[in-house]
Amino acid sequence: MEIKVLGPGCKKCHETEKVVKEVLRETGVEASVEYITDIAKIAGYGIFTTPGVVVDGKVKLAGKVPSKAEVKSWLGK
Amino acid sequence: MKAIQEADAACNVGCNLTAPIQKDAGKTSRDAMVTAKYLLIGIPMLAAWWVVYEHLEPFAGWLANHFVKYLSGYNLSAGNVEHLRSAVEFYVFEGPKVLMLLLLIVFGVGVVRSFFTPEKTRRILAGKRETVGNVLAALLGVVTPFCSCSACPLFIGFVTASIPLGVTFSFLISSPMVNEVALVLLFGLFGWKIAAIYMCTGLAIAIVAGWTIGRLKMEPYLEDWVLEIQAGESGLDQDEHKSLVDRIRFGLDAVRDIVGKVWIYVLLGIAVGAGIHGYVPMGALASIMGKGIWWSVPVAVLIAIPFYSNAAGIIPIVSALVEKGAALGTTLAFMMAVIAISFPETVILRKVLKPRLILVFTGVVAVGCIIVGYLFNLLI
Repeated sequence: MEIKVLGPGCKKCHETEKVVKEVLRETGVEASVEYITDIAKIAGYGIFTTPGVVVDGKVKLAGKVPSKAEVKSWLGK
Repeated sequence: MKAIQEADAACNVGCNLTAPIQKDAGKTSRDAMVTAKYLLIGIPMLAAWWVVYEHLEPFAGWLANHFVKYLSGYNLSAGNVEHLRSAVEFYVFEGPKVLMLLLLIVFGVGVVRSFFTPEKTRRILAGKRETVGNVLAALLGVVTPFCSCSACPLFIGFVTASIPLGVTFSFLISSPMVNEVALVLLFGLFGWKIAAIYMCTGLAIAIVAGWTIGRLKMEPYLEDWVLEIQAGESGLDQDEHKSLVDRIRFGLDAVRDIVGKVWIYVLLGIAVGAGIHGYVPMGALASIMGKGIWWSVPVAVLIAIPFYSNAAGIIPIVSALVEKGAALGTTLAFMMAVIAISFPETVILRKVLKPRLILVFTGVVAVGCIIVGYLFNLLI
């Protein structure tokens, strides 16, 4: 599984990365997490409110920090 | 036997069909329970809020007087004691008052904002004509939840949805300028009239400045890569139906987020304000920031541009300045320039705008603030 956290480096974006990584640790799901700050790439996903989360190429969330339950639902848990 | 099996099968089908509905019903009844809980806690809290709010002023006076009595044991001159008493009274009254107002209003605005998303705003603005678009963008800038760290992606999102540049700027100017924290502080420290004036002139500057930037045909001064960007569609539907409980949570989150961030600036600002209130003599500022000094408005705006503070820190100080003889128009211009033109935001926007457009943006907003300053010095 390939997870991308998108954000220019604001506080909420880092929080999002933390939540995603925590859930991965808790559920034991194997996934790579990449943090993307390049605005052109972020816009390429059609996201214009950060933070955003992309799982396997599909945009799952934009504009807020996800709850753990939300992250779990993307992982199919 | 067969009939039973059939009935069983029918039940299975039926159960499968009704299962999601039952789950929904479960969610609704749980929501109803939570709503009831919020109401049961919320209404007494609101009543308590009102009682405390009403008693703040007498309490502050009482406390300041006791403070003075306590000080009488020390050998202080009468003038010193009066300065201290007046500063303490100002702080003990204004500090809690503004924080209480913030809690209530930020929650209310949070609930209102749950009805808007940047995606929805983009859809509304896409395909609007310029003038109408500027007005709408300025208004939506007030209610759309959006943090300034998203300014770049949002800018690109708007421009690639072929929203005119000027309309995008109207949104970007009004969003930080007309915000609930500034309005609460103005209401608490200056009264509702000044808060209303600030809101209207803030919107006017956002509309006119955005419109002007649109007229100046600044599109070539976007960074080249912005125009080449192929913005995708996220395919994300953020407008999913929100229940009342979701909206209340949204409001509570806003309180945690915003009040959690600004309370320290509010208290620091009011502390400086209290110092000015108690110690600076009346009318001391009339000769430099008074109405009769024509150059004070542009100078105030020029000082304000590099000066970075948020509304929470600057307004209490400014309110104390007005009391000491600074002209209201000059102060208003200073305040607006400080809030609307923030250094970090221009640095963020530099990624998508060429320097010339940054200069035009700063210049147009500064001129707007100066006009507002002169206007109110004339009117009031």
